[in-house]
Amino acid sequence: MRDDPLPTQETIIEIAGLQKTYPGGFEALKDINLEIMQGEIFALLGPNGAGKTTLISTICGIVNPTDGRITVAGHDIIKHFRDARSLIGLVPQELTTDAFETVWNTVSFSRGLFGLPAKPEHIEAVLRDLSLWDKKDNRIMTLSGGMKRRVLIAKALSHEPKILFLDEPTAGVDVALRRDMWASVNRLREQGVTIILTTHYIEEAEEMADRVGVINQGRIVLVEDKASLMQKLGEKKLTLLLTDPVTELPAALADFNLRLQSNGCELVYTYDSAETRTGITRLLNALSDAGIRFRDLQTEQNSLEDIFVKLVSAKD
Amino acid sequence: MNVHAIRAIYQFEMNRMWRTIMQSIISPVITTCLYFVVFGAAIGSRITDIEGVSYGAFIVPGLIMLSLLTQSVSNASFGIYFPRFTGTVYEILSAPISALEIVIGYVGAAATKSIILGIIILITASFIVPLRIEYPFMMLLFLVLTAVTFSLFGFIIGLWAENFEQLQVVPLLVITPLAFLGGTFYSISMLPEFWQRISLFNPVVYLISGFRWSFTGQADVNIWISLAMTFAFTTACIVAIWWVFKTGYRLKV
Repeated sequence: MRDDPLPTQETIIEIAGLQKTYPGGFEALKDINLEIMQGEIFALLGPNGAGKTTLISTICGIVNPTDGRITVAGHDIIKHFRDARSLIGLVPQELTTDAFETVWNTVSFSRGLFGLPAKPEHIEAVLRDLSLWDKKDNRIMTLSGGMKRRVLIAKALSHEPKILFLDEPTAGVDVALRRDMWASVNRLREQGVTIILTTHYIEEAEEMADRVGVINQGRIVLVEDKASLMQKLGEKKLTLLLTDPVTELPAALADFNLRLQSNGCELVYTYDSAETRTGITRLLNALSDAGIRFRDLQTEQNSLEDIFVKLVSAKD
Repeated sequence: MNVHAIRAIYQFEMNRMWRTIMQSIISPVITTCLYFVVFGAAIGSRITDIEGVSYGAFIVPGLIMLSLLTQSVSNASFGIYFPRFTGTVYEILSAPISALEIVIGYVGAAATKSIILGIIILITASFIVPLRIEYPFMMLLFLVLTAVTFSLFGFIIGLWAENFEQLQVVPLLVITPLAFLGGTFYSISMLPEFWQRISLFNPVVYLISGFRWSFTGQADVNIWISLAMTFAFTTACIVAIWWVFKTGYRLKV
């Protein structure tokens, strides 16, 4: 766990009543209200097609909102688009690069585009930080997928943004690079950069985020501190398939969080896998003392999908 | 005004020109030289002078215009279409840059390339046929205005096109025929009355006529009408682009 200072309580991005309906009539975003705090890492979780990219693209000015209002550090993204956008760096999900350009040129181009004068020492620092320095004169088309991903990050960091959007930064990235990226993101956070990342990997949110938002079918269905969400996700189930069905649980087992199912053939124990003491040993001992025998056992963990299912069905 | 962004786009586009110099400079120059050799020197020697100007010298302004039109359109349309095609346009759209600045960057670079090309062709022509420029300032004015106007037009095509075929269709099926029928190789006054009138609907007639006037002092259409029409086309293209950005047409959803 990190022990660096917590993000401030100042809002840096404020989204109110945001709606987006695509020309075909598809409602990608439905009444989104969300606040991002300055200096935090916010993970936006959701299945494919949930609206993650549309939301990010709208904040960055690539997609026109149908309704609602977005401010970035108090600047309206439409009326004061220059002030709003110059604070933002965006790393898109697709590896869209200028294949024929060199790494150095494309990163310098991005800096210019964001209205800043050339500053070779900054570009150098960014490239070194992302292990791209020895590739600076290579054309992008000669780089591997992971390297191209780094180039996109370098472009987004070229203009020293205060807010960084990472749209599925680790999609199709190997484990080593994923670790590298997480380290870079943490360094940025220490510099006070607010980071919003989208992902459908729960581990990614777990590793990085301060807060997690879950989006599904264009609605934000949950925004929570990572700690409390992880608690829910940490819930685990142990199912014991009993040799002989029981109709009632012995009194000795009353303190355990137990439930009988399948006509008494299965015993389900729910516990928190994040706790140091899960109570499994104690349960198994108690079962043997009570003379209850089992022929098999299985465990299952609450997945992100389970959380989605719960959240979505709760709303209906 | 985001000057750094304009410069970044301009330089990006100019680098692309140097990278593809065979296609963007050398190939059009060679093509135009072949026209000079065939129509100017070989066939032209059997054609009588037109309004006191040898045929070789007569076609020089027309040929410069022909490459200026086609190259402006293809440079500018490709310049904005390619980022849309590859997806890199996301960066332009998310940058703190206004529509005007985007247009200045892309269209400025495309027009610069065409002007460079026009001047190279002009210099090359001067080695092949005897050349005389009566009004150099007006010549430059027409050169620049045409390059800018058709780069704007190309930019619109680049925004409109949904695939590479559409990108080629307008230059091939509209610009080239209009340029050939607009007096590149002949004077409009050589046509029957009826076709002369029809030709006046061809915008390229005004460009070529005005440009040729700056060389020889002879024009099919009054020079001021030519100039006014050229400005009118420039304005029409600017209005169209303004509308495109106002509505986000084909750039944003």
